[in-house]
Amino acid sequence: MKTNTPLSRVKQWVKAASTSLLLATAPVAVSQLQAQDIDWPEKEELKFGFIKLTDMAPLAIAYEKGYFEDEGLYVTLEAQANWKVLLDRVIDGQLDGAHMLAGQPLGATIGFGTQAHIVTAFSMDLNGNGITVSNDIWEQMKAHVPQENGKPVHPIKADYLKPVVDDYRGKGKPFKMGMVFPVSTHNYELRYWLAAGGIHPGYYAPHKGDTSGQIDAEALLSVTPPPQMPATMEAGTIYGYCVGEPWNQQAVFKGIGVPVITDYEIWKNNPEKVFGVSKAWADKNPNTHLRVVKALIRAAMWLDENNNANRPEAVKILAKSAYVGADADVIANSMTGTFEYEKGDKREVPDFNVFFRYNATYPYYSDAIWYLTQMRRWGQISEPKSDTWFMDTAKKVYRPDIYAIAAKALIAEGKAKAADFPDFATESGFKPPQTEFIDEVTFDGTKPNEYLEKFSIGLKGKTVL
Amino acid sequence: MSKSAQIVTSITNLNAQSVKRNLFNVGPTFLLPVIGLLLFLALWNGVAKTIDTSLGQFPGPAQVWEQGSTLIDEHFAQRDKAEAFYERQHKRNEARLAKDPDYQPKVRPFTGAPTFFDQIWTSLYTVMVGFVIASLIAIPVGILCGLSKSAYTAINPLIQLFKPVSPLAWLPLVTMVVSAVYVSDDPMFSKSFVTSAFTVSLCCLWPTLINTAVGVSNIDKDLINVSRVLRLDQFTHLRKIVLPASIPMIFTGLRLSLGIGWMVLIAAEMLAQNPGLGKFVWDEFQNGSSESLARIMVAVLTIGAIGFVLDRGMLSIQRWVSWDKNSALR
Repeated sequence: MKTNTPLSRVKQWVKAASTSLLLATAPVAVSQLQAQDIDWPEKEELKFGFIKLTDMAPLAIAYEKGYFEDEGLYVTLEAQANWKVLLDRVIDGQLDGAHMLAGQPLGATIGFGTQAHIVTAFSMDLNGNGITVSNDIWEQMKAHVPQENGKPVHPIKADYLKPVVDDYRGKGKPFKMGMVFPVSTHNYELRYWLAAGGIHPGYYAPHKGDTSGQIDAEALLSVTPPPQMPATMEAGTIYGYCVGEPWNQQAVFKGIGVPVITDYEIWKNNPEKVFGVSKAWADKNPNTHLRVVKALIRAAMWLDENNNANRPEAVKILAKSAYVGADADVIANSMTGTFEYEKGDKREVPDFNVFFRYNATYPYYSDAIWYLTQMRRWGQISEPKSDTWFMDTAKKVYRPDIYAIAAKALIAEGKAKAADFPDFATESGFKPPQTEFIDEVTFDGTKPNEYLEKFSIGLKGKTVL
Repeated sequence: MSKSAQIVTSITNLNAQSVKRNLFNVGPTFLLPVIGLLLFLALWNGVAKTIDTSLGQFPGPAQVWEQGSTLIDEHFAQRDKAEAFYERQHKRNEARLAKDPDYQPKVRPFTGAPTFFDQIWTSLYTVMVGFVIASLIAIPVGILCGLSKSAYTAINPLIQLFKPVSPLAWLPLVTMVVSAVYVSDDPMFSKSFVTSAFTVSLCCLWPTLINTAVGVSNIDKDLINVSRVLRLDQFTHLRKIVLPASIPMIFTGLRLSLGIGWMVLIAAEMLAQNPGLGKFVWDEFQNGSSESLARIMVAVLTIGAIGFVLDRGMLSIQRWVSWDKNSALR
């Protein structure tokens, strides 16, 4: 160990001065003062869990590009078997934090599934999912899909799947589909799409001990871990699924199925994964938490920098077997802004994977409330809840305050520009009413109960199963 | 002829004989396995070409060889990264010490993903620990059962009940118990390691236990009579008569146990996602890349080779400790 000799101090000073000069942005004094605002991390060795999906990219990039180390954090990234294992390990402390489904912190906090208070201060991405059906179902569906120049017109609504489902039901065969977790974005997206096409995806009734989510269902949805989706569909256990990338593109490459719609077309720029930690962990390690968020913001910026210029490099990193591990060209398909539907039908979807632009990383309360409305809609929240309850729950789980401190520190250090973020002084945490849903229903995060009234399929008002 | 000359001639005779025998033996002992291996490779190569999976063609020997060398390259690449990591860490520690003199610098282990070879090491270590724990329980209990008819009658139903249980049935129970009982702030072993090792132990108890009991209870009557005549006390009887006489059976049990333990471990690692070769196989399966099958095949062959080496190792130990060097061991 080196002692703190005067010489080394001088060296240090020269080094610090020269870096400040190089940065040449914010006044030097301010930058140094601010940087010290976030104190040293309480815990330096961290283990984060992830599921093999391309949207874990911010974690892999923050590791590979040394952003975690820049914050004095020594992070190990570990792939987890499925979402349940991942959540349980965050709760019991084996993992310090994890790549989570947006619904997981909310579901856990309100006690649907395992009860535990989980918080998130960082939203990991927008969009990135798709719904794929098997070749057989696609053949039957295609007859109903309108065509233009010999190609199906997108977005393909579930209206065209309905005759197929009705046919199966008429023959007494259950119509089965896969999603990744009861509180996953995929479950809600698949349900949203099916219900918008008049197919009932079934209710949950946790107060009666029914967590299958198949009450009154016309399409039976069940849980399959993302990487096993293609194999499960190939085996004929399910006829289609909703999952994140690369598992939709994998089906195209393997020639076992056809992606019919992306979540971008179901709800434009929908919030997807979040970075979740337990409340207890966040309270015990506030500085560590801030530093993790800082590193992740930098990673997200890198991923979207210069109009996705870094994406090919990101694809190479993700293709390593310790991360996503699928073939680079499968991952590249969606990560570099295209999406292949039927084999050969490749279309531009530049915003299929959004990591930073459109304030993708900011944890909006309205995003949380959308998930809560869907939990209510499908009976995971069995009792009627007031608008205030929705608001309070969102505020308990989503922590834009932590995000703001981390972002301000990055701005002060000259690693980010204030213009890249929402205006923290005036930001309410609610996006203006959003209209770009496949069924054209408007969502206003401040009025969750009014929103629920707009759906013909789904629980609303005082209804209790 | 002097005595020394006699010896010399007998040695030369012996040499001539053994050379002849060696020539004769080379065929069966070396040639046949090589022929078998070559036939297997040819068959594998031929069949692989006809199997098309959704991950591409089933890997033949060539692809597997290629992935094997890729895995070695990856291992060394990761080692280089580890070195760079320690260097960076050293610099960061110094930088922090300059700003924050109270800081107690500390070297943290490399945070990168374990390579294939790291996983092999983890698996070997885990199986050995599980196996040793099992043997330490099974041999004494087995001897007790062999010596005392009543102990055997009491324990036998339990053995029969637990012996056929698949490791995968134990796994959830072991996992939950370990995470409930094994709680410490700075654990010496990780929970996943303890879980895997205990699952292995639970499954490799039985063959050793049963074989030891059978071996001990079937000791030659003459030997027991000798012990009686000499009026050996209990301990000497155990050490001089029982143990040497039952060594072959105990080792048969141990070899079976180690084989089972190795198989169980891979399954347990796959299911519980505990580090090791099983996790490597599962991760590759989940990756679903075009190289995954070849990489899994490398793991399969490695698992087989290690199982074989473990078994041979046990056999040599058995030869070494066995008093009857002439007994045919295979």
